[in-house]
Amino acid sequence: MGLPLMMERSSNNNNVVELSRVAVSDTHGEDSPYFAGWKAYDENPYEESHNPSGVIQMGLAENQVSFDLLESYLEKKNPEGSMWGSKGAPGFRENALFQDYHGLKSFRQAMASFMQQIRGGKARFDPDRIVLTAGATAANELLTFILADPNDALLVPTPYYPGFDRDLRWRTGVRIVPIHCDSSNHFQITPEALEQAYQTARDANIRVRGVLITNPSNPLGATVQKKVLEDLLDFCVRKNIHLVSDEIYSGSVFHASEFTSVAEIVENIDDVSVKERVHIVYSLSKDLGLPGFRVGTIYSYNDNVVRTARRMSSFTLVSSQTQQLLASMLSDEEFTEKYIRINRERLRRRYETIVEGLKKAGIECLKGNAGLFCWMNLGFLLDTKTKEGELALWDVILKELKLNISPGSSCHCSEYGWFRVCFANMSEKTLDIALKRIHEFMDRQSGF
Amino acid sequence: MRLIVPLQGVVQGRGGLFVGSLIPCCLFYFLQLYLKRRRSPPPPDSDSTELPRTSSRSSLFTRGNSIGRVRVSSRAAPLAKPPDSPYYIGLERVKTDPYDRVTNRDGIIQLGLAESTLCFDLLQRWMSDNLMESLMIQSDVDGGFDVSSIAMYQPFEGLLEVRVAFADFMSRIMGGNVSFDPSNMVITAGGTPAVEVLAFCLADHGNAFLIPSPYYPGFDRDIKFRTGIELIPVHCRSSDNFTVTVSALEQSLSQARKRGSKVSGILFSNPSNPVGNILSRETLHAILSFAQEKNIHVISDEIFAGSVYGDKEFVSMAEVAASGDFDKSRVHIIYGLSKDLSLPGFRTGVIYSFHEDVVSAAKKLMRFCSMPVPVQRILISLLSDTRFIEEYMAAHRQRIRDKHFLFVEGLKQLGIPCAESGGGLYCWVDMSSLLTSYSEKGELELFEKLLSVAKINATPGTACYCIEPGWFRCCFTALADEDIPVIMERIKLLAESSTS
Repeated sequence: MGLPLMMERSSNNNNVVELSRVAVSDTHGEDSPYFAGWKAYDENPYEESHNPSGVIQMGLAENQVSFDLLESYLEKKNPEGSMWGSKGAPGFRENALFQDYHGLKSFRQAMASFMQQIRGGKARFDPDRIVLTAGATAANELLTFILADPNDALLVPTPYYPGFDRDLRWRTGVRIVPIHCDSSNHFQITPEALEQAYQTARDANIRVRGVLITNPSNPLGATVQKKVLEDLLDFCVRKNIHLVSDEIYSGSVFHASEFTSVAEIVENIDDVSVKERVHIVYSLSKDLGLPGFRVGTIYSYNDNVVRTARRMSSFTLVSSQTQQLLASMLSDEEFTEKYIRINRERLRRRYETIVEGLKKAGIECLKGNAGLFCWMNLGFLLDTKTKEGELALWDVILKELKLNISPGSSCHCSEYGWFRVCFANMSEKTLDIALKRIHEFMDRQSGF
Repeated sequence: MRLIVPLQGVVQGRGGLFVGSLIPCCLFYFLQLYLKRRRSPPPPDSDSTELPRTSSRSSLFTRGNSIGRVRVSSRAAPLAKPPDSPYYIGLERVKTDPYDRVTNRDGIIQLGLAESTLCFDLLQRWMSDNLMESLMIQSDVDGGFDVSSIAMYQPFEGLLEVRVAFADFMSRIMGGNVSFDPSNMVITAGGTPAVEVLAFCLADHGNAFLIPSPYYPGFDRDIKFRTGIELIPVHCRSSDNFTVTVSALEQSLSQARKRGSKVSGILFSNPSNPVGNILSRETLHAILSFAQEKNIHVISDEIFAGSVYGDKEFVSMAEVAASGDFDKSRVHIIYGLSKDLSLPGFRTGVIYSFHEDVVSAAKKLMRFCSMPVPVQRILISLLSDTRFIEEYMAAHRQRIRDKHFLFVEGLKQLGIPCAESGGGLYCWVDMSSLLTSYSEKGELELFEKLLSVAKINATPGTACYCIEPGWFRCCFTALADEDIPVIMERIKLLAESSTS
């Protein structure tokens, strides 16, 4: 049919029209195992009654544990759809026309207040520093466009969310240089690892523009220690680079006291030249379980970045309808306090269930305290401690156990055998079944 | 052009040949220096090795001025500056003193934003009756509200149902002779990301699109900002009612090639913005033939397709492409509901492409700009309500036509003609008779006078890269009938004061 021809970028004599490098590049990463497992799930999805032997999706970090709280709020506080903006002439008109990249003030205030609540009031957020984007994916990409030029680099600690390869690099042309972390210290970032990553970039004549961390970490499911954050900020000041903290899971920390946001550290600093290199990314996709709404934000302490990001957000605005819908919900402090508290509790219980279940099967996990997943160690099951060995085991788990989990190599983990397992996107019953399948598998293993 | 003129002046004056050759040499030298600086990475910060590891944290953070200010990227830098296009300047000025027929009768009247409020009554009624049901979908299990129907991740390119709804809607409003395949469609959060994503797929950094001018000023931002793609205006003239000709395209293309620019495609809007004319089937055919011959892409921005009020029939490029004479894979369409359905706030855009790989790449890029699921649910309900849509579109077209008539008549009374137009939410007004000098400078002076004296924001042709001075785009679809005489009176006063 000529499909491969269209993908070639050499000069063509056969009049087939050319596409761009961005279009033909595979930086979207959808050929990696991370996504291949999703395909297997799409083809044979587990369903409690209709397809109990199907593939259980444990590769998608989605939070469904607190839907009932959202439902009851929306039903109760939303008589006749008033919350949706369907009532009242001025409401709808403004809604339909509003496409100001500043975003609705009431919504930004609601976001600021929500972010503050999650951090137990230990940091204040100024609504005018909030830039809205259609999801955290867009926020990360936008920040990358603003902070770095093509061929510049961001340093990112491993293991990291596989999506970063695409989100930070694809259209921006920016590189990722990994900061290697390992299990010897629970994968925490060390000053030595930072220096080494920086040096690696310099040796390759690549200009480093910033460090990007996820706190709590994806895929580790653990918060970054306060001291590490302080060291990080130190490092960024010394190298005169930016610090981006993706705090998308901040509301999913099981015990609020265990989370330190970079905002708390910056709160006590007056020096603008220190503060203005710090930027926070947040979203409602994980904590509030609303990925379908596409609501993300960049919070920056840098006026220039706020101004620039706001203008660039034209490419990824949050629908006025969404802002309207969520503004009243997020500023209802009674609701948000209750939601945050109950959500944390349920996630904690899920985490304990899965970690206990795995332990009984002889499998250890990294000690985690946050997020929608656990970081499981199957290194002892690998034939060879290599990427191939890990992928072979992953394939067995997908095909035999019908569980889609994410191999550590897709997260650029430098140690083989680690896997990310999501637990919040299913019912408790489904989780039970997944654990059962793992038990049976482990029994079969020890039988040899 | 502007650089050469002063050089000529120098060469012709005293010191002639010497100075004349010196200046280009100096420029060349500085250009080399600038390029060299940009290419090599800056030296590592001297602080990095000198700092003793024992220094306390507090002293580090209080070093103040001796820490360098952290920089943003060079591609972000232009965004940090205030906008210099009159298009944006005008929009900003209105915000400082917006006209309100009750509370601020002396305010600046906005004619610079192509938005329609003419059918809000109908939309509001629909929303009031249907919004809640379209959003609060019942669960099959217990009949209660099922939030997962709007909360969960869905394919970023849009639910199949919303693509089907759009395909059907677009086919209806574009004359009914063209059908759209939902699997060739990708839904985005607005026309702005639709244009940008398509540009990212079709051309590399440094490549160019030909674009008939005058063109919509927003394209400068939408296309150039992050993609680095150049826009080459193909000048159209009032003698052709600003319709692009193949000879103009040929000329622009060969000039571009001589300069070493690689042209990847042609981008145009139909109905056109800012002129408002509808391209005939023959013109579309000619553009597509030209593109086929040169092996480049065609992007047709049809966002005003449903806002046609004249006698001329709107024909989509999709219809011409499907006619069988062409390689369809080079044709791509942009659409959205901001204009035809007056919903710019909702953020609704469509990329429609006949090229499988473009659709595939665009789908993956939707993660950066996808339409939220609740909005998709509302639109599925709205667009499939065919009875309402028929009623709405008929009223929309009629009311634009009526308003257009009043506005153009009002200008006619003042001796100010407009270009012939049959679509869009604006008219293209020839104010050259009010210019003090028939030049870009004269036009910008008039723009400023219109803003500060007549208190009217109209977009000058310069902002749209119009080669003939004196033209202004005036959007009239957010005006009440009683606003029009107010506007005409103000223009009349301005005209009288400039002749006195």
